[in-house]
Amino acid sequence: MTGQTPLLTAERVTKSYAGVQALRDASFELRGGEVHALVGENGAGKSTFIKIVTGAVTPDSGELTVNGDLVRENSPAISKSLGIAAIYQQPALFPELTVAENIAIGLERKGFFGFVNWNERRRAAKELLDRVGAKIDPETPAGELSMPQQQLVEIARALGANAKILIFDEPTASLSEEDTQNLFRVIRELRSQGVGMIYISHRLEELPVIADRVTVLRDGLTIGTKVMAEVSSEELIKLMVGRELSAVFPKRVVEIGETIFELKNLGSRAVGIKNINLSVRAGEIVGVAGLIGAGRTELAKAIFGIVESDAGEILLRGKPMHFGHPSEAIDVGIAYLPEDRRKHGVVLDFPISANITLASLKKLSGFKGMNFGKEKEIAAEYTRRLGVKTPTIHNAVSTLSGGNQQKVALSRWLMTKPSVLILDEPTQGIDVGAKSEIHSLMMEIAEQGVAILMISSELPEILGMSDRIAVMRGGTIAKVFDRSEATQDKILAVALGH
Amino acid sequence: MNFSRYKREISAAGAFVAILIVLAIVAPSFFSAGNLRDLLINNAPTLLIAVGMTMVILVGEIDISVGSQFAVCSIAAGFLAKTGMPMPVLFLSIFLVGAMMGSLNGVLVGWLRLPSIIVTLAMLVLWRDALRWLTEGAWVQNLPENFQWFGLSQSGGELTIVAITLTIFVAFAWTLRNLVAGRKIYAVGSDAEAARLAGISGPTVVLSVFALMGALTGIAALMNAVRFSEIPGNSGVGLELKAIAAVVVGGAAITGGRGTLVGTLIGVALLGTIGTALTFLGINPFWEKAIQGAIILIALVSDVALGRLEKNGRSNIAGAAA
Repeated sequence: MTGQTPLLTAERVTKSYAGVQALRDASFELRGGEVHALVGENGAGKSTFIKIVTGAVTPDSGELTVNGDLVRENSPAISKSLGIAAIYQQPALFPELTVAENIAIGLERKGFFGFVNWNERRRAAKELLDRVGAKIDPETPAGELSMPQQQLVEIARALGANAKILIFDEPTASLSEEDTQNLFRVIRELRSQGVGMIYISHRLEELPVIADRVTVLRDGLTIGTKVMAEVSSEELIKLMVGRELSAVFPKRVVEIGETIFELKNLGSRAVGIKNINLSVRAGEIVGVAGLIGAGRTELAKAIFGIVESDAGEILLRGKPMHFGHPSEAIDVGIAYLPEDRRKHGVVLDFPISANITLASLKKLSGFKGMNFGKEKEIAAEYTRRLGVKTPTIHNAVSTLSGGNQQKVALSRWLMTKPSVLILDEPTQGIDVGAKSEIHSLMMEIAEQGVAILMISSELPEILGMSDRIAVMRGGTIAKVFDRSEATQDKILAVALGH
Repeated sequence: MNFSRYKREISAAGAFVAILIVLAIVAPSFFSAGNLRDLLINNAPTLLIAVGMTMVILVGEIDISVGSQFAVCSIAAGFLAKTGMPMPVLFLSIFLVGAMMGSLNGVLVGWLRLPSIIVTLAMLVLWRDALRWLTEGAWVQNLPENFQWFGLSQSGGELTIVAITLTIFVAFAWTLRNLVAGRKIYAVGSDAEAARLAGISGPTVVLSVFALMGALTGIAALMNAVRFSEIPGNSGVGLELKAIAAVVVGGAAITGGRGTLVGTLIGVALLGTIGTALTFLGINPFWEKAIQGAIILIALVSDVALGRLEKNGRSNIAGAAA
């Protein structure tokens, strides 16, 4: 294998989003006939790297070569013409079109008005499906196929487009053991045909079975590339989390009061969470760790009445609660700062003042209509207290930086005077300074006796801020650590199921 | 006062003033009391419907069934009048008939989450044809004495129409600006999911807005019907387009979340004046629709252009004025 030109290389690739570094000098090499695993925590830069390879985003700097040729300009169309194809966890087929049509899309070399040769389409589809060992009738609508079958159709489509570089993004995340083995059989077959494959997975146990080499990403850096046979799962975990806990967290000792909030066997089939048992006391910060898809945000949604919970109970100061709508949760003093700030946390077109008061409009309502003076006063008070940097509270929130938007979103919930505050990725995608300000605020809020549940993908944040840490896996809480016993390795091991 | 926030309204007002200036120079007779009064009376029903349409568009929906609802309410008003129902009771009844038709739209759009353009398209056909089947195209004739002009003299009736219309307009403009309900309408229209997470029930807001739209259509139908001695079975055709056009020309975003009732008033005034203005300017009135269409296009294009230019906020909610 050595000596030949690599199929794909990436040299010192760097990409930052709004000041947040997603990739820093990442380097990677893929050879023909190789399955190369890419591992790392949430936010380590795997997705960004894949997006750069497939041309979905443009790197700030760095070089990409395919078959030894420098890729000067990339786009989804160019990467496709270079033989690069990605297979995602959720197949992206057109459900209303047949399998043959799905495979044919993008393969047709004719122009927009070219004729469709139906017989040729069917024949080609059959051949490609045979190549991936899928016993599927090409005339079936793709929407009627099972997920593993759809995945195979996607691989067939990629092969039809002469893909030489296949990227698998968590392909086995929702596959049964049998389907996984079948997929591995296809991958090995493709490997023997000289196809190079990048394989992303959180299932470390399957890497020795399928991967030849492994590259570890951490905080946008490539930590190292190892031959799979020479590295153990434990070593991989160490490499993934081996970051220094350099950031100083403003954690202070807060007097912990009585239990405010408790979940007993909470479950929701709608979002796939089950048997959640957890309590949060006054002044306590309970961190919720876990991989993407472990059910963390889903848990928050079930608590806040965004989705229906259908099992177990939510107890607030010992009293069972049921929320059919977020407004009911807000009324009893629960607040939820959602994950996607721009989409859900704030109304971008609204001024800062109206955003802050949006969940507490009742407090402004009077006989003579809304009390705008009071609104102004309250908004000014919160922007000052939380240090929102803006010339005036009348500016639209869309004009603020990410960190300041998040402070506005947080102000909205503080104004409701909550006794339980659920924070979902409170510092994701915001700059270091604002991050530390939000951490200080969290301590202030805890000191006032608020019970805080903090979902975070950043292990240093989880370790730095939490009194206890609940680790989720597969829709339930796998383990709860005390602050004193938790380490990055232990948390990640539980999250990965080791 | 922050003028940049209202630049769409100001542009529409500028266009309106420009037309008035041209008229003042070329055809000063346009400003005769009789003509102005006619314009006011003719456009009052459109304004009422445009008020409702503004709210529907603010929450990010649309109602194209208002023309048919208008016809149903007109005929219903005629029939009820012939039973000898006293005017105030009649007023209330028509209000409720409209509110019920609007609520039906609201339930289908707000609660069942069906797309408003299809729901109201179905209602447009349904109400119109139900009416045709019921009345067989006949007009309601031999209306009682106390129906036309509310039983008042013509000028008294006209005054009543203008007073009711303006009162409703001011009440809604105030509500939209000063009540929590108004803030909720803007929030749902700007970002329904963010509003839900802040505890605002989108379906309830949408349902209420459609119900009000229907009720206002009912009142508009009555304000229109009392002007004549007979009620045609096919009134209100094309009314939805007039109302939507006025709202868009008045600066509201068709995607929801942005717009003001003052803008809508300007939109109604601008589009409602064009026809008469053409006559006074000696231009063939066949051009009216073409010019209205052009104004709508200009409004949309300039809206997109302004949207790309402005980096700053664009919310029209009260309390935002610096």
